[in-house]
Amino acid sequence: MGEHPVVSKTGKALSAEDIAANFEDLHPPLNAEQVSVEASRCLFCHDAPCVAACPTSIDIPKFIRQIATGNLAGSARTILSANIMGGTCARACPTEILCEQKCVLNTGEHDPIEIGALQRHAVDHQIAKGGPHPFARAPKTGKSIAVIGAGPAGLTCAHALAVQGHTVEIFEARQKPGGLNEYGLAAYKMAEDFAAREVDFILKVGGITLHYNQALGRDIAFADLQTRFDAVFMGIGLGRPRKLGLAGENLGGVMDALQFIEDIRQADDPAQMDPGENVVVIGGGNTAIDAAIQAKRLGARSVTLVYRRGPTQMGATQWEQDLAAINGVTMMHWAKPERLIGEDVVHTVHFERTCLQDGNLVGTGDHFTLLADRVYTAIGQELYDQGLASLRCESGKIMVDEAGHTSLPGVFAGGDCIASGEDLTVQAVEDGKVAAAGIHTYLGEQNG
Amino acid sequence: MADLGCTIAGIESINPFWLASAPPTDKQYNVERAFAAGWGGVVWKTLGEDPPVVNVTSRYGVHKDTSRGILGINNIELISDRPLEVNLREIEAVRKNYPDRIIIGSMMAPVEEELWKSLAIKIANTGVHGIELNLGCPHGMCERGMGSAIGQVPQMVEDTTRWVREVVDIPVFTKLTPNTTDILLPAEAALAGGADAVALINTVNSIIGVDLDQMAPNPVLDGKGTHGGYCGSAVKPIALHMVAEIARNGATKDLDISAIGGITTWRDAAEFIALGANALQVCTAAMLYGFRIIEDLHDGLSDFMDAKGYKSIADFRGRAIPNTVNWNDLNMNYDLKAKIDQDKCIECGRCHIACEDTSHQAIRMQANEKGGRDFTVVDAECVGCNLCQHVCPVPDCITMVPQENDLPYLTWPEHPKNVLKAVE
Repeated sequence: MGEHPVVSKTGKALSAEDIAANFEDLHPPLNAEQVSVEASRCLFCHDAPCVAACPTSIDIPKFIRQIATGNLAGSARTILSANIMGGTCARACPTEILCEQKCVLNTGEHDPIEIGALQRHAVDHQIAKGGPHPFARAPKTGKSIAVIGAGPAGLTCAHALAVQGHTVEIFEARQKPGGLNEYGLAAYKMAEDFAAREVDFILKVGGITLHYNQALGRDIAFADLQTRFDAVFMGIGLGRPRKLGLAGENLGGVMDALQFIEDIRQADDPAQMDPGENVVVIGGGNTAIDAAIQAKRLGARSVTLVYRRGPTQMGATQWEQDLAAINGVTMMHWAKPERLIGEDVVHTVHFERTCLQDGNLVGTGDHFTLLADRVYTAIGQELYDQGLASLRCESGKIMVDEAGHTSLPGVFAGGDCIASGEDLTVQAVEDGKVAAAGIHTYLGEQNG
Repeated sequence: MADLGCTIAGIESINPFWLASAPPTDKQYNVERAFAAGWGGVVWKTLGEDPPVVNVTSRYGVHKDTSRGILGINNIELISDRPLEVNLREIEAVRKNYPDRIIIGSMMAPVEEELWKSLAIKIANTGVHGIELNLGCPHGMCERGMGSAIGQVPQMVEDTTRWVREVVDIPVFTKLTPNTTDILLPAEAALAGGADAVALINTVNSIIGVDLDQMAPNPVLDGKGTHGGYCGSAVKPIALHMVAEIARNGATKDLDISAIGGITTWRDAAEFIALGANALQVCTAAMLYGFRIIEDLHDGLSDFMDAKGYKSIADFRGRAIPNTVNWNDLNMNYDLKAKIDQDKCIECGRCHIACEDTSHQAIRMQANEKGGRDFTVVDAECVGCNLCQHVCPVPDCITMVPQENDLPYLTWPEHPKNVLKAVE
């Protein structure tokens, strides 16, 4: 990796080469020597706090010790048995608020073990070496399960069910598997088409069939799946970006940040994309950050991220906020958009400053404007009602019990569409795992 | 500033740091670099009669920890493979170029009096300060009846020492092998033969590791490997013990000791001196890091002595010997309990699991209000074994606290539970 990020020093547009460099791996993998030194730092804690901080409870001290002893295959098995998407999580997890935040070396030595980087080393080794899948399937049970959505939750659930000997069919609305791993994470976090390579690896377990362009409610009927399969898992995500609900929102140049990220991820050559000249990003989560940084790395002249509350309330971690700052993104806090102005295309965004009054966010009556020919909105997603009327929902999420079972018998759910925790890949993986165990138990009970 | 000068076998050295007989002292070039760096002396690599030995290519294997640190080396190199005459002339040249530095000539020969005597005379004539008898090399040379093949037979140790003693008028150092059950036997034999000093330890016989692909011991030469001599910091504890045994044994306690065995830091050096060493020899640490480690060896030892008020090496030499006793002389009434400093604890749980799985279940782990874990010692179960203190990664977090009990010093032979004592 060269000097990152590459920014224009002359006011001229970035060259295609500059942009290509900007979309290389954000963190290049550790080399063998770095891995050896880092793995040896691990104290091999008993009942380790890092494990408790991982939504998928990966046995982190064990896998790191396996790296240190040169047992990379064993290390990968330790990781993947708890989290089959250990490769994506190693790249995209906000480890600074999960495992690495709890590492006792934060206290002992100031710097935690680079758990994510070590995890990536072990999993990448496993995926690169190929060979037989590390998990063998149990004898066939004769049961078949429909999984809706080939995102992290669906793929994890499918994999775990396949290992148990069940047959799985995945119905994916889009042309590619991976869900937000494929479409929603910043390109430099998932360099070299990792999402697709990881899905290939997962499917190698066998027993899983993937159907593309099969959207629920459009191409497939929920009731039909219930009839044809012994159980159904819904890993449908949220699906619909929230709107600002403001005048001018439909002007040209105003778009959903997730769509922008997806366009970059799916572009043959990101250098051909036009990120806009003066960009405003509205939102405070990791998606807002990902959009802002990528706009800057594509060569946008100015990128301003505006969030209605302060830095500590942002969904994006401090690390992500710092990354944005390093990339030249201007962060504005305590301001909310009022309206977007332009003829066909957005030209100006009007904001009102905000503050907290008795715990409520209110406008101060102080207004300002930002010039913007491109506005990316990243204020969250909401559950897209795809004919789910019969499922009990609450606060815009599908309700499930501890085993991932919804209000309908034999129908399970997980990932962003349920309220299990943070909307993170690692949480979706855990949901998929939990639901697969729930489904396996449920199918056993049906037999009995 | 403390005076680091030392005297061993009547030889005065500007500092106690000599390089041991080994690859670093094989020729004039290396030795002069060492002297330029500040080493006080060298023991020239062992000389034998011509024709010179022939060495193999791969000569070293290492024992590493998981973070690339080398714990020990083993080697299968033989004695100097250069013609005797070349070595002798180079020794003379270095003696002239560095008149204030010590050169000891190391030698070995088959067990024949005339061979030992004639070689010793040739070496002594170069102007060396002393002769060291290599009776320890545990690989290669021993298969030819030399090295440890001699050092393991006390009578041969005595004979070879005497032979050399009879024909030279400079100090004789007998270098001992640790590959023996009781180091006192060869030490006493060296004394009986007239040695002015003993040098120990030579390398420990070892197989450093096995190449699991080639299924052969390391280092692998064309599919085969052999045992070699183990050295480096891993052997220091073995060397400390053997030095202490000689230093506190009635018959040998007045023998001067040139201590060897994994000396890497000034602290190692001070420990050997505290156990009775008159001077020190270093090899592995220099081979791993180069001669410039002498700077900190010198500086660190000097600062330590200043801090403790020791003006010379003699001031603290052997100070730990009176406190090095047999188990039977330990105080059975001394009572220690572990204490964990809660402010320093980083909650890794290492002390708990070590005690819980392998010791006395004396460290309790409990969830605390902050979402963390508290680790506390159960005094009633703690036997004061120190394991927790050693596994704790945080300096001074776990301390061993002496318990006031007003009980007298009580040894096992005097202990009421000792059956032999009861019979009495």
